[in-house]
Amino acid sequence: MRERVLLALGAFALVALLPFLLAAILPANQAQFWTANILGRALVFGIVALSLTFLATYGGFISLAQMMIAGVAGYALAVFVEGAVPRVVGGLGYLAAIPLGLLASTLMGLLVGAIAVRTRDIYLLMITLALAMGVFRFVETNIAWFNGYEGIRNVVGPNVFGRDFRDPWVFFYVALGTAALLLVGVLYLVRSPFGLVLQGIRDNPRRVAALGYNVALHRIAAFGVAGFIAGCGGVLGTIYNIGISPGTIGLGATVNVLIMSVIGGLGHPLGAFLGSLVFTVFDTFAANLYDRDRFNTLIGTVFLVIVLLSPDGLTGLASRLRRLATGRRE
Amino acid sequence: MSASITRRAALLGGVSLAGGLAAPVIAQNAPIRLGGLTTLEGPFATGGQDSFRCVQMELERINNTVGGRRIEFIRESSNAQADVALARARKLIEQDNVDIILGPLSGAEGIALRDYSRTLTGKTIVNGSSGASDTTLRNPSPNFFRFSTDGTQWMAGLGNHVYRNLGIREVAISAGDYAFPYAQVFGFNLEFCRAGGRVQHYWAPLGTTDFSAQIAQINRSNAGAVVVVHGGTDGLAFMTQYAQAGGNKPLIGGSIMADQTMLSARGPHRRVMVGMLSGGPIADVIDDQNWREFVERYRRRWANEGGFQSPSIHGVNYTTNLYGILAGLRAVDGDLSGNQAAFQRALAAAQVTAPTGAAVRLDHNRQAISDIFLNRIEERDGRAQVVAFDRTPQVNQTLGTPEAQFLALGAPSRDNPGCVPAAT
Repeated sequence: MRERVLLALGAFALVALLPFLLAAILPANQAQFWTANILGRALVFGIVALSLTFLATYGGFISLAQMMIAGVAGYALAVFVEGAVPRVVGGLGYLAAIPLGLLASTLMGLLVGAIAVRTRDIYLLMITLALAMGVFRFVETNIAWFNGYEGIRNVVGPNVFGRDFRDPWVFFYVALGTAALLLVGVLYLVRSPFGLVLQGIRDNPRRVAALGYNVALHRIAAFGVAGFIAGCGGVLGTIYNIGISPGTIGLGATVNVLIMSVIGGLGHPLGAFLGSLVFTVFDTFAANLYDRDRFNTLIGTVFLVIVLLSPDGLTGLASRLRRLATGRRE
Repeated sequence: MSASITRRAALLGGVSLAGGLAAPVIAQNAPIRLGGLTTLEGPFATGGQDSFRCVQMELERINNTVGGRRIEFIRESSNAQADVALARARKLIEQDNVDIILGPLSGAEGIALRDYSRTLTGKTIVNGSSGASDTTLRNPSPNFFRFSTDGTQWMAGLGNHVYRNLGIREVAISAGDYAFPYAQVFGFNLEFCRAGGRVQHYWAPLGTTDFSAQIAQINRSNAGAVVVVHGGTDGLAFMTQYAQAGGNKPLIGGSIMADQTMLSARGPHRRVMVGMLSGGPIADVIDDQNWREFVERYRRRWANEGGFQSPSIHGVNYTTNLYGILAGLRAVDGDLSGNQAAFQRALAAAQVTAPTGAAVRLDHNRQAISDIFLNRIEERDGRAQVVAFDRTPQVNQTLGTPEAQFLALGAPSRDNPGCVPAAT
């Protein structure tokens, strides 16, 4: 146990030092690009994917609504914060608008959980997808609140210790800190009685119900927690993109989050971040590696290879290699 | 042990990567890096491909050289979503180290890149084909230039023509319930209502397939003509049902209604569409030497490689913006030093001739002032073609209204469709 904690701390320190390493080996503007637009972006996507991995790993719920829920936080922030264009409500500082966004996404998570409470497997997948597409179409056509197709711009983010939030280093460390806190929070939560009941529901809901637990309430609460996690990603993503438009929560984005989670593996929450990193790197550089008109082919092939080699993603691959190395078989 | 090897390997890899990709020191003989951003996937993929076709063709024509410096064209693609366009633009600027971006293609992307350009120093973004008016009208960015016209400008001359020359006093407008149709309806109404016309609006959300109730109301009304501003399949559905319902009022279309994608589709809509009027920055047939040569060049270059019969609106817009960049570079002999200050001054002062033969110059918001064509759909050479029969010269972004007065009208929306009588 202690070994693992030390290992985790070491890994975290390494990630935290990455911008310095990059600055040492890359020209200044490229180090900045990697810091904010590869690592930072991967962390933001990773947080949204984490909310899906949390639900899938410990509850057995594959929800396709997580990107939409992240978008709800982003839209709530954009609607209420001062300085956004167009001004919908405005008037609030970031200190008030960000918690409001997180509250909105948590409520949306609870709502999605409540609506989907009686479905499992493919039906759960379909109902969450339908909810995601419903909200996407709604914000795309609603002008009064969400400014339709063009979305809400100019959400520049607060100043952190006198520095602009979108400064690559500030952004990276805020995203890293948020991601680390959420990851530790998830790992703590699943060891709590609530998390244990959740895993019980995953394995056998009837037995858990027979023990006297309210299965439906636990499920809805789990979706609420996932909503909060996704909301953190949504807020960071909105500030990173200087605003939000319906495309951010469209079908493509929804499926991307699922792809990241599957690449990373649904066996461990850390997989969300591995998956998002691989996805972001390929998404950014595929056009350089392969024909620019056909780079989706490359992303699809990478996805296929990973899933074929290791059905449980990169985290599964790691444990498989470890077993191979120690010669242990299961 | 294994950790140190990994670190060494990573360092080595990083160093070689840095060596390979490192930006050359800015020197006069180093190539100018021009980043092209369009949409090669998603709903506008065909338009995106055509824009790169036109840009490539025009760069080949000048042998990829301007002001004594080579131009290196780096292509990148989004899917017509603002956040993807932003990620690609960041990659072009920060990773590929481009000096100038030419793009993007669609409205929301344009606004996102305009916001991004404001955070840059020493880089320039020149629009591709995006046509939202707010990109340059409200909160313009000093680093963002647009040599193409916007959706409101494209309707210039149409309202006056319908009122004065056709003598129609009342029209029914059927339009999509989103930003681009708002801008187009706004442009039409501005002239038509000022002249004294009356309008009745029928809005339908994007993706509507059943227009029968609307068409029944329109056919019963006193409207002397129908203005149709829908895009893609919505427009096709409206036209088909209008033809089937026996509609016989004169038709006036938005800029993306009178388009080869509509005209080449089979169905009863073709019967009613012949004779339809529209406005826009291009037509299939324009009586202009520049345009004939451009179309000829385009057909020769791309006939066997998937090109259209005639260059698309996106291709022409990208080309016009490319001409702007080339004119700016020529004026400073390819010198981008001093954070591109001299180049940006030259860009702002550049005057170019678009492939359509229209003269283009920029206003103080770095937005194009150019000619808009009045078009009619005619049967020529056995197929329906969009033929320009008149042009409104030098249309500015406010359609001739003083800017303060135009801004006071507010942004176009379904509650603000621009129908303001002359008295107020």
